[in-house]
Order: sequence, then C-alpha cells, then structure tokens
Amino acid sequence: MSTTQVVEGIDGTLTARHGTPPLNVVYEWLTTVDHKKIGLMYIGYALIFLLIAGVEAMLMRIQLAIPNNHFVSPLVFNQLFTMHGTTMVFFVGMPILFGFGNYLVPLMIGARDMAFPRLNAFSFWVSAFAGFLLYFSYVGASGLYAAGAAPDVGWFAYAPLTAKVFSPGHSTDYWTLAVFLSGIGSIGTALNIVTTILCMRCRGMKMSRMPLLVWLYLVMSSLVFVTVSPLTAAQIMLTLDRYLGSHFFDTQAGGSAVLWMHFFWIFGHPEVYVLVLPAFAFVNEIVPVFSRKAIFGYPAMVAASVGIGFISLSVWAHHMFTVGLGAAANTFFVFATMVISVPTGIKIFNWLATIWGGKVIFATPMMFCVGFLFQFLVAGLTGVMLAAAPFDWQLGNSYFVVAHFHYVLVGAILFALFAAFYYWYPKITGRMMSETLGKWHFWLFIIGFHLTFDFMHVPGLLGMPRRIYTYEANRGWGGWNLIVSIGAVVQAIGLLIFVYNLVQSYFRGKEAGHDPWDAWTLEWSTPSPPPDYNFAVLPTVNSRRPLWDLKHPEDPDSDYE
Amino acid sequence: MSLFPRRQMTGCSKVRLASVRAFWVLVCCVVLCRCTATAESPTSIFAPAATPAHSIFDLSMLVLSITLAIFLIVAGLLLYALIRYRHRPEDAHHEPAQVYGSNQIELSWTVIPILIVVMLFLTTARVIIGTQAIPKPSNAMNVTVIGHQFWWEYRYPKLGIVTANELHIPVSNVANSMPTYLNMSSADVVHSFWVPRLAGKTDVIPNRVNTMWIDPEQPGLYVGQCAQYCGMQHAKMLIRVYAQSPADFAAWISQQKQPGRQDFAGNPAAAEGHAVFMHNACINCHAISGTVATGRFGPDLTHLASRDTIGSGAIQNTPENLRKWVDDPNSLKPGCLMPAMHLNDHDLDAITAYLTQLR
Repeated sequence: MSTTQVVEGIDGTLTARHGTPPLNVVYEWLTTVDHKKIGLMYIGYALIFLLIAGVEAMLMRIQLAIPNNHFVSPLVFNQLFTMHGTTMVFFVGMPILFGFGNYLVPLMIGARDMAFPRLNAFSFWVSAFAGFLLYFSYVGASGLYAAGAAPDVGWFAYAPLTAKVFSPGHSTDYWTLAVFLSGIGSIGTALNIVTTILCMRCRGMKMSRMPLLVWLYLVMSSLVFVTVSPLTAAQIMLTLDRYLGSHFFDTQAGGSAVLWMHFFWIFGHPEVYVLVLPAFAFVNEIVPVFSRKAIFGYPAMVAASVGIGFISLSVWAHHMFTVGLGAAANTFFVFATMVISVPTGIKIFNWLATIWGGKVIFATPMMFCVGFLFQFLVAGLTGVMLAAAPFDWQLGNSYFVVAHFHYVLVGAILFALFAAFYYWYPKITGRMMSETLGKWHFWLFIIGFHLTFDFMHVPGLLGMPRRIYTYEANRGWGGWNLIVSIGAVVQAIGLLIFVYNLVQSYFRGKEAGHDPWDAWTLEWSTPSPPPDYNFAVLPTVNSRRPLWDLKHPEDPDSDYE
Repeated sequence: MSLFPRRQMTGCSKVRLASVRAFWVLVCCVVLCRCTATAESPTSIFAPAATPAHSIFDLSMLVLSITLAIFLIVAGLLLYALIRYRHRPEDAHHEPAQVYGSNQIELSWTVIPILIVVMLFLTTARVIIGTQAIPKPSNAMNVTVIGHQFWWEYRYPKLGIVTANELHIPVSNVANSMPTYLNMSSADVVHSFWVPRLAGKTDVIPNRVNTMWIDPEQPGLYVGQCAQYCGMQHAKMLIRVYAQSPADFAAWISQQKQPGRQDFAGNPAAAEGHAVFMHNACINCHAISGTVATGRFGPDLTHLASRDTIGSGAIQNTPENLRKWVDDPNSLKPGCLMPAMHLNDHDLDAITAYLTQLR
C-alpha cells in the first residue's frame, strides 16, 4: 500500500512524492547515507539511552536518599554509577551532539550532504553497536560475583582496579571494548564534519561568514581527533595488560597507576569541551533569533571558541591535583585552568550583550537558553573554585564535583539541547511542538534541576566523597541527600512530558512552514522537512545572515561586514 | 513573514521567572550560611582544625567571595536585560538596532577577567607552595600509611608500632609544635586519605609514595573516609584520627609497644581462643606480635580490643559484633576480602573471648 504526498519546493513548484511500504521504510533507514536520517538515528538512539541512564540515576538516588539504605546492594550500586556515567558520556552525549551536527551542518553551509556519506553511516552503526555491547554485559559478562555483570569500575576506570587481579571476569572488558568502538565512531564523524566544513561551503560563504554553530562544530570535531586518540591507546594498553601480560598499568609489576590517569584525563578533560561546545553552538543560533538581534562580537566569539579548544588540551591534570604531582605541576595546571575561564567569560558577556537592546521573546527555546545562561554561569564559577588546587584538595572527588559537572552537563548542555529540540523540531518534522507542554516541561525540569543540583553542593562541602553506595548517619549528609533525590523525581516527570511532547507533536502539532521563528540562517530557507537533496539550487551568500539580507533588502548585513 | 508564538510571556510572567530565580538564590545562601555557621557535620571543610585545613579555608573564603561577586554582577545584569528588553506587543513590526560589537567594551571584559585570574592564581600558588613545598621540620612525627582494600594500616617506624583502623597522633600547637607527616602508599589499588577538618585529601597510590602533613590543635576524634573509588566497599573504608595530648599519646605508644597478651589466668575461654586462633588460617592474614601469627594481608590484631570500631570504622567493636564478623565478615561488610571462617559455635565463642582480651 503506498501513499502520495505533494511537496512544495523553494521556488514554488509542486512535486509528487510517493510513499513506501513499511518494510521498505525500514530498509531505507538501515541503509541510508543521508546526513539527515543518520542525524535523526543518532538522536533517537541517544534519547533511548538517556531514558535508560536516567533510570540508573533514579535507582542511585533512591539508594542514597537516606543513610545506611538497603535498596540496592553495593555491587549493583557500583555498576549503576559506572553504567550511568559511561552511558551518558558515550551513548547519550556524543551521539546526540553528533546527531544535531550531522543534521544541521550541511544545511547551514548550503551543502547537499556530508563529505563522506558512507563513512557517516559506518560511524553511526559502529557507535550504535558499541552501546549494545556495553549493555550486553548485564547478560553476558562474568564479573566478580555472578555470571552476567555489568562493569563496576567507574566511568574513568582507574588502574590498577581494572587489572585482571582486581577485576576478574569480563565485565571490565565490555567497558573497554564498548568505549573503544564508540571512539572509532566518534573519529569517523569528526573527520566527516571537519572535511564538510572546510570543503563544501556554498559560494560566498567564507569561513568568516559561517554560522557560529558551524564554527563550533569545526572546533569540537578537531578536538575529537586529538582527544579520543589517547583514550583509544589507553584502552588497547589496558587490554594488553589484562590478556597478554604487559604491565603498563600493572603496579604489582612496576607499572604506573598515574600513567592511566594521565592518558584518561588527556582525553577526559577535552571531552567535556567536546560536549559543551555544541551546546554553545545551539545557544549562539537561538539567542540572537529570540532577541531579534545579531550575535554581539562574532569575531570574538570565534576566537574564544578556538581558544577554548586549544586551552582545553592543557588543563587535564586539574583532575589529578590530589595525586601528588608536586607543587610546580599543580601550579601550572591551576594557571591553565583559570585561564580558560577568560574566553568562556567572554562568551557569556557576548550573549548578555546580544540580549541587551534586543526584543526578547520567551518562547520555549529561549526559556531553555535563559536557563542555560544562568546555570552555565554558576557551573563556570564552581569550576573556578575547583581550579584553585588547595580548594580542590578538599572538594575533589566529593559531591561538590559531582554537582559541578552535572551543572554543566544537565544545566548547560541538556538545557541547550532542549532549546535545540524545540527550535529545530519544526524544521525536521514540519510541525511545531506544543508550547503549553513545553512550558510545563521547562518549569518542572528547572525546579527539579535546582532542587537536585544546587543542594548537591552541600554534602560535598560537608565532606561526602563520591561513588559511595551509602553513608554514615552521623555525618549530617542525610537531609541534603533526601532533597537531592526528590529533585530527581521532579526532573523525571519533566523529561517524560518532553518525550510525550516529541511524539504527540509529530501527529498533532501545528504546521510549521519554512521559517516559523523568522530566523536568518540557510536551513530556514528549505521546506520543512527538507527534501533529500536539501536545496533545489545551491545558494550564494553575501553575509553571515543570508535570510536577514533577503528579508531586509534596505539594511542587509553585507553592508556592515 | 514572522510567526510569533501565540502565548508570549508577558512582563508579569518574566518578573515571576526572575523572582523565582532570586528566591532560589536566597534560599541557597540562607541554607549555606546555616550549615557553615553551625558546622554540625564532623567532616565539614568549613570547620578546620589543623594548619593545612586552615590555609585551605582562608583561600576558599577568598575564592568564594570573588565568585559570588561575579555571579551577582553578571546574573544581575542578565536578569535586568531579560526584563528591560523583553518583547512588548506594541513593537511587533520592527527589529531593534542591530549592534554587531564594540571593541572598547569587548576589550574591557577581556582585560578585567585576566586581572582577576592573575590575582587568584598568585594567591592559590602561594597556598600550594606553603602546603606542598615546605621543608619537613626535624621534630615531625612520621607515620607510614598503607591503603588496602578496604582498611587502613598505620606504621610508626621509629617506634616499632604497627596498627590498623585508628590513627593516633599528638596534638601540635604553637608552644609544642609536633606535626605528623604521613608517608602513604597502597598495597593494591588507588585510595585517597581524606579527613576534611585536618587537611585536603591526598591520593594513596600503589608503586608510589605521597606525603602530607597534619597538625591538629585540639585533642579529639577527627573522622573521614577513603575518597577514591577502590572497589566494592569503598564506602566503608572509614578513617578515624585520634589527636591526643602528649601525655595520652605517650601512654598509647607504650601500650601499643606491648606484645600481644598471652597471659589469660582466670579466663580459660580466652586461653582456648588463643590456641584456636594460632591453629587456624587466621595466622596467614593477621599478625599478633609475639605469636606465630605474622600475616600482613589483613589488619594487625595485637591491640584489637583497644579500638572503638572494627572493619575500618564499619561497625562498633563489641563482643557480639566481633563474633558476627569472625563468623561471616561479608554479612556485615559485603565485599570485604576476609572470608567466612566456618568455625563452629564453640570455637567462635573462644576466639571472641580471646580477641576481646587483646587490649
């Protein structure tokens, strides 16, 4: 049974599109090399893992809500925090951000697809397989205490805890291989994004006319090359230690635990910038449109983004202030870490200056961006606190750090992602998401977020370390942990409303048209959803905001650049 | 043509958003003040009791003030901009002035943060050097700390004492300066030694020796716990530091230097327990000075009964708990590396009677 749709091209011509039987649709998606479909598969995959990792977080919060709780055993709790962290970084964060990049970058530079469409598909399927491999450990691994055990070594898997003698069985190997494969997928997609941006921009789009989202994805992808490689090397060395008798990290035979830390954090720190730069990208596109003003200080924003990318490679040992590297090393890393706050601060000031003098419209995408701005400010400031190494000697590895990085990952990155969903959903599906449900989502989620992550700083200040399955009643941590756990429930409700909104809007949302937000970048010139070929005619641009020029022929940006 | 969302946020709702935010900031401040002022928690970093913790506290107050000031200014400006420049229905038909940048403004908000960073960095560097790069005084007391899964071993090399679970050190003040230097390594995986009221944490790493020092001013019990995930029972690898007056500390030393009690006149159960202990696998992992038990895998038990807790702080040291522990340690601390000893009730009673005599 097939259906026929009529689609309007940018020049007004009508084309008939014939629908396809369900099995053909499945085959089409499984074999597609189209950047839009691959982007959507990345995003859908990440959303599923977001829900799974969210359940893992809920179980941990129930266990920690009161002291000396027995909701889950120590083994299960240790698996939960390992799986939650690994899933969120590698199977939610990376895929969802690569997914948006895949979808948006070619559209925003006026290209028809990515530079290497088949590599694109390969990278997705390798990353997807890696996620399933990690979760297969629940069924297939033979860990310390039972057949079928997920890894329980923590998402950063410090040596020598990961050595065969301390982690027998295969649970650790599932972690190692899944992360290794995910890294291969990441490198492939990063390669694609960099090449596409450098080689496939439309006519007139010099680098200095690219949308800031494109700049940020360029920096993020370049960073991925440099940062994933050490982790891949470390995974190989760990596997050699575990199976072929090498001693890189095997301290019993003279190997070095600190070596693993260096390798991991040379990956791990830039990785968090890999995750946050796309969040900046979304905010850079959304805030100007809803402030009705061009972004303030485009050249400075580019310089700050590139600067952040470079400096982020030099700060990794601020995760190792307590390792005893010595006063000289500690002092250097304090300096580098504090320096990175300068370009980061510049970005916040530029966003503030974009809003200043504008006409701010508080649609749901903008509300999430406002949340991002306040929360990223706080997260950056707690980062400055942690950069002061002696302060970190107290706060490191405590719940203060957990609160800080969740403030970045949830308060900044997830909020920016929600904004991106609400903003680009009309382009992707042709329908608007419900504003009412969006407001419910926003308020529930932000209240829950603050209940959880504001108050989570306090147990850290009161001496509560992380990764503990329970705690003594006499430490004074119980009340705070209870509030934190309650906030998690509120966030979960908000998240479920969001998922419902995504689904119901697809069937019942208002028709969106080409350009529901009156925006200025090239993707808003295509139909919603865009046809497979993106653009009927490849565009030529004369400024950073080609659609502004079209809509305001009396005052085009090209006069000012 | 533009399509504004049907229900825009009115000015009233925006003020509501702003006041909700302000409310939360106020709540957090009040709550933080409350908890730091009263400092009920025995592990609060805002209740320093030794020089390293004090210097960190002083630095932290500076850092907190600066970051709070930055937050209030920037968040205040943001809040103001969002309210002042909100879209009003009457100006739906023209765009605001498009301002692309301003060199002077951008330069100022680059230079000022750089100056703040330089100042913070120099202050921080001074504290780092003052803690980590000062020479060790000649009168320092040296203790070797060895981290194990999931307990702490303490050795006093110059005094010939080996103990576990409780770290006894002398107080140190201006009149009588006697800081304790901890030389730390691990027997297995990475741990971290953290007693917040005394000092920041220092990682305890196999195949590496790290050093830190503490000098508590007041006698008392200072608690903490392992702060680097080290396996199943990381959560119960607790730390108990007993700071004692010079007299009390000297008394503790002389008691610890005694070999394990062998004379159980009038206590046949204990005497029998001694024999049971020495004929069982206990001696492979545990040491009791002056006996054939010389195992080093588990804690030294020579003066077990002088300790307040067992299982590295996990449970109170009472005869009932001790008996349960020896019978099946994993029932009290699942994942600890001591296996169930599979002793019959009679032997368990005897061993408990013996161990409770090891003061």
